[in-house]
Amino acid sequence: MAHGPATLADGWKAYISRWVFTTNHKDIGTLYLWFSFAMFILGGAFAMIIRAELFQPGMQLIKPEFFNQMTTMHGLVMVFGVIMPAFVGLANWMIPLMIGAPDMALPRMNNLSFWILPFAFAILTSTLFMEGGGPNFGWTFYAPLSTTYAPESVNFFIFAIHIMGASSIMGSINIIATVMNMRAPGMTYMKMPLFVWTWVITAFLLVAVMPVLAGAVTMMLMDINFGTSFFNAAGGGDPVLFQHVFWFFGHPEVYIIILPAFGVVSQIIPTFSRKPLFGYSSMVYATAAIAFLSFIVWAHHMFTVGMPIAGELYFMYATMLIAVPTGVKVFNWITTMYKGSLTFETPMLFSIAFVILFTFGGFTGLMLSIAAADMQYHDTYFVVAHFHYVMVAGAVFSGTAAIYYWLPKWCGKMYNETMGQVQFWVAFIGFNIAFMPQHFLGLAGMPRRYADYGLQFADWNMVSSVGAFIYGGAQIMLLFNVIMTIRKGKPVVEDKVWEGAEGLEWTVATPAPYHTFEKPPLYK
Amino acid sequence: MLKRAKALFLSLLSLVVSLPALGSAVVETSTRQLNMPQGVTEVSQAAYDIHMIMVWVCTVIGVGVFGFMFYVMYAHRKSRGAVAENFHENLVVELLWTIVPAIILIIMAFPATTALLKVYDTDNPDIEIKITGYQWKWQYEYLGEGVKFMSELNTSLDEVYGRAPKGEHYLREVTEPLVLPVGKKIRFLVTGNDVIHSWWVPDFGVKRDAIPGLFTSGWAKTDEPGIYVGECTELCGLGHAFMPVVVEVKEEAEYNEWLAGKKAEAVEYASTIGKEWTAEELMTKGEGVYLQSCAGCHQADGGGIPGVFPAIKGSPIALGPQIGHIAVLIDGVPGSAMQSFADQLSEVNIAAVIHYQRNAWGNNVGDVTQPIDVLNYKQSK
Repeated sequence: MAHGPATLADGWKAYISRWVFTTNHKDIGTLYLWFSFAMFILGGAFAMIIRAELFQPGMQLIKPEFFNQMTTMHGLVMVFGVIMPAFVGLANWMIPLMIGAPDMALPRMNNLSFWILPFAFAILTSTLFMEGGGPNFGWTFYAPLSTTYAPESVNFFIFAIHIMGASSIMGSINIIATVMNMRAPGMTYMKMPLFVWTWVITAFLLVAVMPVLAGAVTMMLMDINFGTSFFNAAGGGDPVLFQHVFWFFGHPEVYIIILPAFGVVSQIIPTFSRKPLFGYSSMVYATAAIAFLSFIVWAHHMFTVGMPIAGELYFMYATMLIAVPTGVKVFNWITTMYKGSLTFETPMLFSIAFVILFTFGGFTGLMLSIAAADMQYHDTYFVVAHFHYVMVAGAVFSGTAAIYYWLPKWCGKMYNETMGQVQFWVAFIGFNIAFMPQHFLGLAGMPRRYADYGLQFADWNMVSSVGAFIYGGAQIMLLFNVIMTIRKGKPVVEDKVWEGAEGLEWTVATPAPYHTFEKPPLYK
Repeated sequence: MLKRAKALFLSLLSLVVSLPALGSAVVETSTRQLNMPQGVTEVSQAAYDIHMIMVWVCTVIGVGVFGFMFYVMYAHRKSRGAVAENFHENLVVELLWTIVPAIILIIMAFPATTALLKVYDTDNPDIEIKITGYQWKWQYEYLGEGVKFMSELNTSLDEVYGRAPKGEHYLREVTEPLVLPVGKKIRFLVTGNDVIHSWWVPDFGVKRDAIPGLFTSGWAKTDEPGIYVGECTELCGLGHAFMPVVVEVKEEAEYNEWLAGKKAEAVEYASTIGKEWTAEELMTKGEGVYLQSCAGCHQADGGGIPGVFPAIKGSPIALGPQIGHIAVLIDGVPGSAMQSFADQLSEVNIAAVIHYQRNAWGNNVGDVTQPIDVLNYKQSK
């Protein structure tokens, strides 16, 4: 007989033990989600410091060396501490429910892969308090700025990256093992929900590229402490090698961030269109195609390092190709809505905003792929605007949509629709005020990672900062909405929370019991 | 509730719209440039043209896609009585929207390739200039002319930290701009001395990474005299935002005059190395050099930044034998951020700044470092 989870009523010792030693996929999913939200607040606070300093020209609040630490930490925390764990959390919660499995395939490893993360980020954050400060070389940590010229805390940074990588690899292995072995009878690969598909492909990307990142930081460690010269030209090494290795990891990494977001949106849009997803199999193939292309386009991040023209042309053509499968996905989403019966609850609003803003980011991405024009865009705010459109309006919006969409199933309470919609509009408007002007700044010539700027950039920076504060406020509203739902939300009793929802996760009771699918369901 | 929310958004919106106006009350010069500059060279024009092609292609596709999407959101909403159909496949449509974008991309690849070929057309230059990125300044060397100088930010720290009003050219002014003639093809050979920098002049369409141990090349040829401002575009440490690029394009006669002047300066300078300088002269000169070249890391009061940049005030090097102090400036400290200043500063400036460091902020060694001492050390190696 299954026993229930310990609650506070069982005493705080039992309660803490439950969370520390849990092997339950729902508990671990919850831990990941709360952890990523905590990191979201931290990374957001860094962003607010950056935008406050950039509100006006001149250095008002902080010094340039601290500014560089803020841009670096903001990027690292948001990528590795927020978006990735948030989607792993969603995977933990939803994949077993979607494929009719009782739990993840490797529950103890699941526990480990979560619990090493807080240590990684404690180490990373602690560098800010060390003599010499934290990492100040950008989240892309180009050598030799991150080796010979780095503060001593760089060793802690390297260690933290290693732990995050280990966590991601374990999480990915778990997802692959779960999906391959634990699908309910009748659920063939081509019947899996798209969220599961996108996550399997993401997991393969992670397993492939995380070791490359580990290799990059290990070479840094050797250069710094053991006298090697991987990235040191004076010793026969090559600083550009670092960029190749980093972006061989880094480009798949951006798809690791966005593919699960595609999956979430592909679940939500059919639900609120009351119509099946259009072009399911082409969605799967498009996802796989994007994943494959992500391995062969890395040097488009390096158009200005002086590659031979043949290399530039190859990477330009290959990059342009990505627009094809991405376009297929966008067309499929829109056609799913076509002749549906649409309603616009909060998850749908965020998903529609995702489609629009992500496509916009895709357009600027296509522009960036044109090498000759990229010579002007490269490392300016145009790039900053581009990747915030795909990462924030992409990954964060879809993550938010996922929370509103599945929260009623998780906790058995319905969020307040009005509050949800208000939060959406504040986030949507704030986001665009923050990042749209950054396109103009970049085109007008403002480089990224600038602690200070000339007077010609003053106006749009001020607008952008105001937008950033509004967007930051929207996240506090999200936190408020989630807490209010859990504490005071209207109870939901139907298994199928949303009228148009399809899939196994809507066949279990609401709220989802601690243990589900102890006997595998028969799928169709 | 919704009504109140709407009112709130409207007021927020009006606040945001009025903000640029507020901003310009504080700051006087402010161009509201929204687009990429067309610039003054073939390369910048090519980049601009392909940029505009892409903007229009994306705009047309965007209007089509989003237009259809908004139509669907309006027409097929449940509140208007829409009933969902059940179709979920259509091979023809799916093939079409795979193949048509692919064809558009293939067509766009042609102008994109032509533009890139232009960027790479660096052959047969009239003038070659070696550009070296240092933390945090640029060095320009006119190859074959014997002319070489550093170009550093000329905006005071007081302006940066709000202790003085910001000038019109805030962060866009340098001690000495790169000077180029009109009508000549100029090849830039860009490299880095310490970390990676990137040399960018938007109006030339030239952005080339300055990588230690490698050369990257770009080119420019313009018929329009004027002053063109650019930036460093690769994160290079705390002074990243404070190493602008300023290029002055002159008529050919003026350029030749300027070049002759620079050559004469070099000859004249050679005669001052042997001169005996007084302690007062060195102290005054040294302070200027220190604030320009050293204070970025070691701070104006010589206190450094604990854990990152060592203090000079009270340091064993500054208080120890003179020869050791000279060695640190000439050779740098391998494996650290302390670079060699042998190519960056003249012998006179090195002597002056060493004298200053040994006799300022309570360091009172009392000796005098002469330019000839620095030259002797250099030649002894």
